[in-house]
Amino acid sequence: MSSTTIVSILIAGILTNNMVLSKFLGICPFLGVSKKTKTAFSMSIAVTLVMVISTAVTWPIYTYILYPDYTYLQTIVFILVIAAIVQFIEIVLKRYIKPIYNALGIYLPLITTNCAVLGITMLNITDELDFVKSLFNALGAGLGFMLAMLLFSGVRERLETSDISEFLKGLPVTLIAAAIVSLSFLGFAGIGG
Amino acid sequence: MIILLPVIIVGIIGLIAGIGLSVASKFMAVPADEKQEKIRAALPGANCGACGYSGCDGYAAAVASGEASPDKCAPGGETAAKEIADILGVEIEIEHKTAFISCSGSGGIAKSKYNYTGMESCAAAAALYSGPLECGYGCIGLGDCVKACPFGAILTENGKPVVCGDLCLGCGKCVEVCPKRLISLLPKNHTVTVACANRQKGPSVAKNCEVSCVACRLCEKQCDAGAIKVIDNLAVIDYSLCTGCGKCKAACRRGVIL
Repeated sequence: MSSTTIVSILIAGILTNNMVLSKFLGICPFLGVSKKTKTAFSMSIAVTLVMVISTAVTWPIYTYILYPDYTYLQTIVFILVIAAIVQFIEIVLKRYIKPIYNALGIYLPLITTNCAVLGITMLNITDELDFVKSLFNALGAGLGFMLAMLLFSGVRERLETSDISEFLKGLPVTLIAAAIVSLSFLGFAGIGG
Repeated sequence: MIILLPVIIVGIIGLIAGIGLSVASKFMAVPADEKQEKIRAALPGANCGACGYSGCDGYAAAVASGEASPDKCAPGGETAAKEIADILGVEIEIEHKTAFISCSGSGGIAKSKYNYTGMESCAAAAALYSGPLECGYGCIGLGDCVKACPFGAILTENGKPVVCGDLCLGCGKCVEVCPKRLISLLPKNHTVTVACANRQKGPSVAKNCEVSCVACRLCEKQCDAGAIKVIDNLAVIDYSLCTGCGKCKAACRRGVIL
Protein backbone atom coordinates (compact mmCIF):
# COMPACT_ATOMS: atom_id res chain seq x y z
CA MET A 1 0.00 0.00 0.00
CA SER A 2 2.96 2.32 0.56
CA SER A 3 3.35 3.16 -3.12
CA THR A 4 -0.31 4.02 -3.71
CA THR A 5 -1.38 7.47 -4.75
CA ILE A 6 -3.96 9.67 -3.07
CA VAL A 7 -6.46 9.08 -5.88
CA SER A 8 -6.22 5.33 -5.66
CA ILE A 9 -6.58 5.54 -1.87
CA LEU A 10 -9.81 7.52 -2.30
CA ILE A 11 -11.20 5.09 -4.88
CA ALA A 12 -10.24 2.11 -2.74
CA GLY A 13 -11.93 3.67 0.28
CA ILE A 14 -15.14 4.41 -1.59
CA LEU A 15 -15.49 1.29 -3.74
CA THR A 16 -13.16 -1.66 -3.26
CA ASN A 17 -12.56 -1.42 0.46
CA ASN A 18 -15.92 0.07 1.30
CA MET A 19 -16.16 0.36 5.07
CA VAL A 20 -19.65 -1.08 5.37
CA LEU A 21 -20.04 -3.34 2.38
CA SER A 22 -16.58 -4.90 2.15
CA LYS A 23 -15.11 -4.63 5.65
CA PHE A 24 -18.43 -4.93 7.51
CA LEU A 25 -17.63 -2.16 9.93
CA GLY A 26 -20.26 0.31 11.09
CA ILE A 27 -23.13 -2.07 10.47
CA CYS A 28 -25.09 -0.64 13.39
CA PRO A 29 -25.71 2.82 11.87
CA PHE A 30 -25.95 1.19 8.44
CA LEU A 31 -29.02 -0.75 9.59
CA GLY A 32 -30.26 1.67 12.22
CA VAL A 33 -30.17 5.03 10.50
CA SER A 34 -30.77 4.14 6.87
CA LYS A 35 -34.55 4.33 6.92
CA LYS A 36 -34.69 7.77 5.37
CA THR A 37 -32.30 9.24 2.84
CA LYS A 38 -32.16 12.53 4.74
CA THR A 39 -31.08 11.07 8.07
CA ALA A 40 -28.73 8.65 6.30
CA PHE A 41 -27.04 11.64 4.67
CA SER A 42 -26.73 13.52 7.98
CA MET A 43 -25.24 10.47 9.64
CA SER A 44 -22.74 9.95 6.82
CA ILE A 45 -21.60 13.57 6.99
CA ALA A 46 -21.09 13.21 10.74
CA VAL A 47 -19.16 9.96 10.29
CA THR A 48 -16.94 11.42 7.57
CA LEU A 49 -16.21 14.49 9.68
CA VAL A 50 -15.35 12.45 12.77
CA MET A 51 -13.24 9.96 10.75
CA VAL A 52 -11.04 12.69 9.29
CA ILE A 53 -10.63 14.62 12.53
CA SER A 54 -9.97 11.44 14.54
CA THR A 55 -7.32 10.36 12.08
CA ALA A 56 -5.71 13.77 12.30
CA VAL A 57 -5.40 13.34 16.06
CA THR A 58 -4.75 9.62 16.47
CA TRP A 59 -2.04 9.37 13.81
CA PRO A 60 0.37 11.76 15.57
CA ILE A 61 -0.43 10.19 18.95
CA TYR A 62 0.48 6.77 17.62
CA THR A 63 3.54 7.83 15.69
CA TYR A 64 5.12 10.13 18.27
CA ILE A 65 3.92 8.75 21.62
CA LEU A 66 2.96 5.09 21.34
CA TYR A 67 5.42 3.91 18.70
CA PRO A 68 7.46 1.72 19.10
CA ASP A 69 7.21 0.64 22.75
CA TYR A 70 3.54 1.02 23.60
CA THR A 71 1.73 0.01 20.43
CA TYR A 72 -0.45 -2.37 22.43
CA LEU A 73 -2.12 0.70 23.97
CA GLN A 74 -3.43 1.61 20.52
CA THR A 75 -7.01 0.40 21.00
CA ILE A 76 -7.70 1.92 24.39
CA VAL A 77 -6.01 5.23 23.60
CA PHE A 78 -7.81 5.54 20.27
CA ILE A 79 -11.19 4.86 21.86
CA LEU A 80 -10.48 7.45 24.53
CA VAL A 81 -9.36 10.04 22.02
CA ILE A 82 -12.23 9.44 19.60
CA ALA A 83 -14.82 9.68 22.39
CA ALA A 84 -13.30 12.95 23.57
CA ILE A 85 -13.14 14.34 20.03
CA VAL A 86 -16.78 13.52 19.32
CA GLN A 87 -17.85 15.23 22.54
CA PHE A 88 -15.72 18.23 21.66
CA ILE A 89 -17.11 18.48 18.13
CA GLU A 90 -20.60 18.31 19.58
CA ILE A 91 -19.91 21.19 21.97
CA VAL A 92 -18.35 23.30 19.24
CA LEU A 93 -21.16 22.66 16.76
CA LYS A 94 -23.81 23.40 19.39
CA ARG A 95 -22.15 26.72 20.16
CA TYR A 96 -21.19 27.99 16.75
CA ILE A 97 -23.01 26.10 13.99
CA LYS A 98 -26.42 25.34 15.45
CA PRO A 99 -28.10 24.29 12.15
CA ILE A 100 -25.57 21.51 11.59
CA TYR A 101 -25.89 20.46 15.22
CA ASN A 102 -29.65 20.20 14.82
CA ALA A 103 -29.33 18.32 11.55
CA LEU A 104 -26.94 15.76 13.01
CA GLY A 105 -28.96 15.51 16.20
CA ILE A 106 -28.58 12.21 17.99
CA TYR A 107 -26.20 10.77 15.38
CA LEU A 108 -23.15 12.68 16.49
CA PRO A 109 -22.96 11.19 20.02
CA LEU A 110 -23.81 7.79 18.53
CA ILE A 111 -20.57 7.88 16.55
CA THR A 112 -18.56 7.84 19.78
CA THR A 113 -18.77 4.08 19.85
CA ASN A 114 -18.84 3.47 16.12
CA CYS A 115 -16.45 0.73 15.07
CA ALA A 116 -16.04 2.20 11.57
CA VAL A 117 -14.32 5.26 13.06
CA LEU A 118 -12.07 3.18 15.32
CA GLY A 119 -11.51 0.81 12.40
CA ILE A 120 -10.27 3.46 9.98
CA THR A 121 -7.87 4.99 12.51
CA MET A 122 -6.38 1.56 13.23
CA LEU A 123 -6.27 0.53 9.56
CA ASN A 124 -4.26 3.67 8.80
CA ILE A 125 -1.64 2.42 11.24
CA THR A 126 -1.74 -1.19 9.99
CA ASP A 127 -1.38 -0.09 6.36
CA GLU A 128 1.59 2.13 7.33
CA LEU A 129 0.23 5.19 5.58
CA ASP A 130 1.83 8.58 6.14
CA PHE A 131 -0.13 11.46 7.64
CA VAL A 132 -1.59 12.97 4.45
CA LYS A 133 -2.47 9.58 3.00
CA SER A 134 -4.11 8.62 6.28
CA LEU A 135 -6.31 11.69 6.07
CA PHE A 136 -7.35 10.84 2.52
CA ASN A 137 -7.93 7.24 3.49
CA ALA A 138 -10.27 8.44 6.24
CA LEU A 139 -12.02 10.79 3.82
CA GLY A 140 -12.41 7.96 1.31
CA ALA A 141 -13.79 5.64 3.97
CA GLY A 142 -16.26 8.32 5.05
CA LEU A 143 -17.40 8.92 1.48
CA GLY A 144 -17.67 5.16 1.00
CA PHE A 145 -19.82 5.00 4.11
CA MET A 146 -21.97 7.78 2.68
CA LEU A 147 -22.32 5.96 -0.65
CA ALA A 148 -23.37 2.76 1.10
CA MET A 149 -25.83 4.60 3.35
CA LEU A 150 -27.41 6.53 0.48
CA LEU A 151 -27.69 3.47 -1.76
CA PHE A 152 -29.14 1.40 1.03
CA SER A 153 -31.57 4.05 2.23
CA GLY A 154 -32.96 4.06 -1.30
CA VAL A 155 -33.38 0.29 -1.13
CA ARG A 156 -35.05 0.56 2.26
CA GLU A 157 -37.46 3.25 1.16
CA ARG A 158 -38.54 0.86 -1.58
CA LEU A 159 -38.81 -1.97 0.93
CA GLU A 160 -41.14 0.12 3.12
CA THR A 161 -43.78 0.27 0.44
CA SER A 162 -43.43 -3.24 -0.94
CA ASP A 163 -45.54 -6.21 0.04
CA ILE A 164 -43.34 -8.45 2.19
CA SER A 165 -44.30 -11.68 3.94
CA GLU A 166 -44.97 -11.30 7.65
CA PHE A 167 -42.03 -13.43 8.75
CA LEU A 168 -39.55 -11.40 6.69
CA LYS A 169 -40.82 -7.96 7.65
CA GLY A 170 -38.47 -5.55 9.36
CA LEU A 171 -34.94 -6.67 10.15
CA PRO A 172 -34.81 -10.00 8.24
CA VAL A 173 -35.56 -8.49 4.84
CA THR A 174 -33.28 -5.56 5.65
CA LEU A 175 -30.38 -7.94 6.32
CA ILE A 176 -31.05 -9.87 3.13
CA ALA A 177 -31.15 -6.63 1.15
CA ALA A 178 -27.89 -5.52 2.82
CA ALA A 179 -26.27 -8.80 1.81
CA ILE A 180 -27.32 -8.31 -1.83
CA VAL A 181 -26.05 -4.72 -1.89
CA SER A 182 -22.81 -5.96 -0.36
CA LEU A 183 -22.52 -8.68 -3.03
CA SER A 184 -22.83 -6.08 -5.76
CA PHE A 185 -19.80 -4.27 -4.30
CA LEU A 186 -17.79 -7.46 -4.75
CA GLY A 187 -17.76 -6.50 -8.43
CA PHE A 188 -15.44 -3.58 -7.63
CA ALA A 189 -12.72 -5.87 -6.28
CA GLY A 190 -9.52 -5.33 -8.20
CA ILE A 191 -10.11 -1.69 -9.15
CA GLY A 192 -7.60 0.82 -7.85
CA GLY A 193 -5.39 -1.70 -6.06
CA MET B 1 8.01 -0.16 36.45
CA ILE B 2 7.04 -1.67 33.13
CA ILE B 3 3.40 -1.06 33.85
CA LEU B 4 3.88 2.48 35.18
CA LEU B 5 4.75 4.28 31.95
CA PRO B 6 1.74 3.05 29.90
CA VAL B 7 -0.51 3.94 32.83
CA ILE B 8 0.96 7.42 32.89
CA ILE B 9 0.62 7.80 29.10
CA VAL B 10 -3.05 6.78 29.05
CA GLY B 11 -3.67 8.82 32.20
CA ILE B 12 -2.18 11.95 30.72
CA ILE B 13 -4.06 11.59 27.45
CA GLY B 14 -7.27 11.05 29.41
CA LEU B 15 -6.52 14.03 31.61
CA ILE B 16 -5.87 16.30 28.64
CA ALA B 17 -9.08 15.14 26.97
CA GLY B 18 -11.03 15.58 30.21
CA ILE B 19 -9.70 19.05 30.95
CA GLY B 20 -10.19 20.07 27.34
CA LEU B 21 -13.79 18.94 27.39
CA SER B 22 -14.66 20.54 30.70
CA VAL B 23 -13.05 23.83 29.65
CA ALA B 24 -14.86 23.66 26.32
CA SER B 25 -18.20 22.91 27.93
CA LYS B 26 -17.74 25.85 30.27
CA PHE B 27 -16.67 28.41 27.72
CA MET B 28 -18.92 27.30 24.93
CA ALA B 29 -21.96 26.42 27.00
CA VAL B 30 -25.27 27.15 25.37
CA PRO B 31 -28.05 28.21 27.70
CA ALA B 32 -30.62 25.45 27.56
CA ASP B 33 -34.15 26.30 26.59
CA GLU B 34 -35.61 27.42 29.90
CA LYS B 35 -39.18 26.94 28.76
CA GLN B 36 -38.51 23.37 27.70
CA GLU B 37 -36.95 22.49 31.05
CA LYS B 38 -39.87 23.97 32.94
CA ILE B 39 -42.35 22.03 30.82
CA ARG B 40 -40.35 18.86 31.34
CA ALA B 41 -40.54 19.44 35.10
CA ALA B 42 -44.32 19.82 34.90
CA LEU B 43 -44.71 16.46 33.18
CA PRO B 44 -45.05 13.31 35.29
CA GLY B 45 -42.12 11.52 33.63
CA ALA B 46 -43.95 8.27 32.91
CA ASN B 47 -42.49 8.19 29.37
CA CYS B 48 -45.63 6.34 28.30
CA GLY B 49 -45.73 7.82 24.81
CA ALA B 50 -49.46 8.52 24.91
CA CYS B 51 -48.79 12.02 23.58
CA GLY B 52 -47.33 10.55 20.39
CA TYR B 53 -43.76 11.65 21.06
CA SER B 54 -40.75 9.54 21.99
CA GLY B 55 -41.05 10.38 25.68
CA CYS B 56 -41.53 13.22 28.12
CA ASP B 57 -38.39 14.97 26.86
CA GLY B 58 -39.53 14.79 23.26
CA TYR B 59 -42.97 16.08 24.15
CA ALA B 60 -41.51 18.93 26.22
CA ALA B 61 -39.37 19.98 23.26
CA ALA B 62 -42.35 19.80 20.92
CA VAL B 63 -44.50 21.91 23.23
CA ALA B 64 -41.74 24.44 23.78
CA SER B 65 -41.30 24.90 20.04
CA GLY B 66 -45.04 25.32 19.61
CA GLU B 67 -45.36 22.12 17.62
CA ALA B 68 -47.64 20.33 20.09
CA SER B 69 -50.53 21.54 22.22
CA PRO B 70 -50.10 21.42 26.00
CA ASP B 71 -53.00 19.05 26.70
CA LYS B 72 -51.58 15.89 25.13
CA CYS B 73 -50.17 14.38 28.33
CA ALA B 74 -52.63 11.72 29.48
CA PRO B 75 -51.00 10.73 32.80
CA GLY B 76 -50.39 14.35 33.78
CA GLY B 77 -54.00 15.18 33.00
CA GLU B 78 -55.45 18.51 33.96
CA THR B 79 -52.77 19.57 36.42
CA ALA B 80 -49.92 19.07 33.98
CA ALA B 81 -51.83 20.70 31.13
CA LYS B 82 -52.63 23.74 33.29
CA GLU B 83 -49.06 24.07 34.48
CA ILE B 84 -47.75 23.88 30.92
CA ALA B 85 -50.34 26.37 29.77
CA ASP B 86 -49.17 28.73 32.55
CA ILE B 87 -45.56 28.35 31.43
CA LEU B 88 -46.52 29.09 27.83
CA GLY B 89 -48.92 31.82 28.89
CA VAL B 90 -51.91 30.42 27.02
CA GLU B 91 -55.40 29.40 28.04
CA ILE B 92 -56.62 25.90 27.39
CA GLU B 93 -59.80 23.99 27.91
CA ILE B 94 -59.44 20.40 28.93
CA GLU B 95 -61.83 17.60 28.22
CA HIS B 96 -61.31 14.53 30.34
CA LYS B 97 -61.60 11.21 28.66
CA THR B 98 -61.94 7.72 29.94
CA ALA B 99 -61.85 4.36 28.21
CA PHE B 100 -65.07 2.44 27.80
CA ILE B 101 -65.52 -1.14 26.61
CA SER B 102 -68.68 -1.41 24.50
CA CYS B 103 -69.58 -4.96 25.45
CA SER B 104 -70.62 -6.60 28.67
CA GLY B 105 -71.21 -10.05 27.24
CA SER B 106 -67.85 -11.66 28.02
CA GLY B 107 -67.35 -13.95 30.98
CA GLY B 108 -69.94 -16.54 29.99
CA ILE B 109 -72.93 -14.32 29.21
CA ALA B 110 -72.62 -14.43 25.44
CA LYS B 111 -72.83 -17.89 23.88
CA SER B 112 -69.62 -19.64 22.86
CA LYS B 113 -69.01 -20.90 19.36
CA TYR B 114 -66.16 -23.22 20.35
CA ASN B 115 -63.93 -23.89 23.33
CA TYR B 116 -60.79 -21.81 22.96
CA THR B 117 -57.70 -23.29 24.61
CA GLY B 118 -54.95 -21.38 22.84
CA MET B 119 -52.68 -18.66 24.15
CA GLU B 120 -54.13 -16.02 26.46
CA SER B 121 -54.53 -13.30 23.90
CA CYS B 122 -57.60 -11.72 22.33
CA ALA B 123 -55.66 -11.06 19.14
CA ALA B 124 -54.76 -14.76 18.81
CA ALA B 125 -58.29 -15.89 19.62
CA ALA B 126 -59.80 -13.39 17.20
CA ALA B 127 -57.67 -14.84 14.41
CA LEU B 128 -59.42 -18.19 14.84
CA TYR B 129 -62.88 -18.03 13.21
CA SER B 130 -63.16 -14.41 14.40
CA GLY B 131 -63.09 -15.42 18.04
CA PRO B 132 -64.70 -18.04 20.28
CA LEU B 133 -68.03 -16.20 20.64
CA GLU B 134 -71.13 -16.67 18.52
CA CYS B 135 -71.32 -12.88 18.51
CA GLY B 136 -68.64 -11.75 16.09
CA TYR B 137 -68.55 -8.28 17.62
CA GLY B 138 -68.25 -9.13 21.31
CA CYS B 139 -65.49 -8.94 23.88
CA ILE B 140 -63.35 -12.10 23.91
CA GLY B 141 -62.27 -11.36 27.47
CA LEU B 142 -58.69 -12.67 27.37
CA GLY B 143 -57.40 -9.34 28.56
CA ASP B 144 -55.24 -7.78 25.83
CA CYS B 145 -56.48 -4.42 27.10
CA VAL B 146 -55.64 -5.36 30.70
CA LYS B 147 -52.05 -6.08 29.64
CA ALA B 148 -51.82 -2.95 27.52
CA CYS B 149 -52.90 -0.52 30.26
CA PRO B 150 -49.80 1.23 31.63
CA PHE B 151 -51.67 2.34 34.74
CA GLY B 152 -53.39 -0.90 35.80
CA ALA B 153 -56.76 0.72 35.28
CA ILE B 154 -58.40 -2.23 33.53
CA LEU B 155 -59.22 -5.20 35.77
CA THR B 156 -60.72 -8.57 34.96
CA GLU B 157 -63.87 -9.29 36.94
CA ASN B 158 -65.59 -12.65 36.33
CA GLY B 159 -63.84 -13.01 33.01
CA LYS B 160 -64.87 -9.56 31.92
CA PRO B 161 -62.51 -6.58 31.56
CA VAL B 162 -63.70 -3.56 33.53
CA VAL B 163 -62.30 -0.05 33.34
CA CYS B 164 -61.68 1.44 36.75
CA GLY B 165 -62.84 5.00 36.22
CA ASP B 166 -60.57 6.70 38.75
CA LEU B 167 -57.39 5.08 37.50
CA CYS B 168 -58.06 5.51 33.78
CA LEU B 169 -56.32 8.56 32.39
CA GLY B 170 -57.59 8.21 28.85
CA CYS B 171 -54.27 7.52 27.15
CA GLY B 172 -55.91 5.27 24.57
CA LYS B 173 -53.38 2.44 24.62
CA CYS B 174 -56.16 -0.13 25.08
CA VAL B 175 -58.09 1.30 22.14
CA GLU B 176 -55.34 0.19 19.80
CA VAL B 177 -54.91 -3.37 21.08
CA CYS B 178 -58.54 -4.53 21.13
CA PRO B 179 -58.94 -6.78 18.06
CA LYS B 180 -62.69 -6.16 18.09
CA ARG B 181 -62.26 -2.37 18.29
CA LEU B 182 -64.62 -2.28 21.27
CA ILE B 183 -62.85 0.34 23.33
CA SER B 184 -63.43 4.04 22.81
CA LEU B 185 -62.52 7.15 24.72
CA LEU B 186 -65.56 8.92 26.12
CA PRO B 187 -65.94 12.18 28.02
CA LYS B 188 -65.22 11.40 31.68
CA ASN B 189 -68.46 12.95 32.92
CA HIS B 190 -70.70 10.79 30.72
CA THR B 191 -73.72 9.22 32.43
CA VAL B 192 -74.94 6.84 29.75
CA THR B 193 -73.13 4.47 27.40
CA VAL B 194 -74.16 1.71 25.03
CA ALA B 195 -72.44 -1.50 26.09
CA CYS B 196 -72.93 -3.42 22.87
CA ALA B 197 -71.27 -3.30 19.49
CA ASN B 198 -73.30 -5.85 17.55
CA ARG B 199 -74.67 -4.51 14.27
CA GLN B 200 -76.57 -7.62 13.28
CA LYS B 201 -80.38 -7.71 13.20
CA GLY B 202 -82.36 -8.20 16.43
CA PRO B 203 -83.42 -11.89 16.53
CA SER B 204 -80.02 -13.46 15.84
CA VAL B 205 -78.36 -11.08 18.30
CA ALA B 206 -80.88 -11.84 21.06
CA LYS B 207 -80.34 -15.58 20.63
CA ASN B 208 -76.58 -15.35 21.26
CA CYS B 209 -76.36 -12.83 24.06
CA GLU B 210 -78.60 -11.62 26.86
CA VAL B 211 -77.06 -8.18 27.11
CA SER B 212 -77.24 -7.18 23.48
CA CYS B 213 -78.76 -4.30 21.56
CA VAL B 214 -81.58 -5.63 19.39
CA ALA B 215 -82.27 -2.23 17.83
CA CYS B 216 -85.77 -1.96 19.31
CA ARG B 217 -85.53 1.87 19.25
CA LEU B 218 -87.11 2.29 22.71
CA CYS B 219 -84.21 4.47 23.77
CA GLU B 220 -84.44 6.57 20.63
CA LYS B 221 -88.09 7.31 21.29
CA GLN B 222 -87.42 8.32 24.91
CA CYS B 223 -84.61 10.73 24.18
CA ASP B 224 -85.76 14.38 24.17
CA ALA B 225 -82.46 15.73 22.95
CA GLY B 226 -82.26 13.38 19.96
CA ALA B 227 -78.84 12.28 21.13
CA ILE B 228 -79.36 8.53 20.94
CA LYS B 229 -80.07 7.00 17.55
CA VAL B 230 -80.18 3.47 16.23
CA ILE B 231 -77.76 3.30 13.33
CA ASP B 232 -77.14 -0.02 11.56
CA ASN B 233 -79.08 -1.99 14.19
CA LEU B 234 -77.13 -0.46 17.08
CA ALA B 235 -77.92 2.38 19.47
CA VAL B 236 -75.32 5.15 19.22
CA ILE B 237 -75.05 8.17 21.52
CA ASP B 238 -73.96 11.56 20.26
CA TYR B 239 -72.24 13.03 23.33
CA SER B 240 -72.34 16.55 21.99
CA LEU B 241 -76.14 16.41 22.26
CA CYS B 242 -76.56 14.11 25.28
CA THR B 243 -77.89 15.88 28.39
CA GLY B 244 -77.31 12.87 30.62
CA CYS B 245 -80.93 12.62 31.71
CA GLY B 246 -80.79 8.83 31.80
CA LYS B 247 -84.21 8.20 30.22
CA CYS B 248 -82.69 5.83 27.67
CA LYS B 249 -81.09 3.82 30.47
CA ALA B 250 -84.46 3.37 32.13
CA ALA B 251 -86.11 2.49 28.83
CA CYS B 252 -83.69 -0.23 27.75
CA ARG B 253 -85.11 -3.66 28.48
CA ARG B 254 -81.95 -5.57 27.78
CA GLY B 255 -79.61 -3.76 30.15
CA VAL B 256 -77.41 -2.58 27.34
CA ILE B 257 -77.37 1.09 28.26
CA LEU B 258 -75.20 1.61 31.33
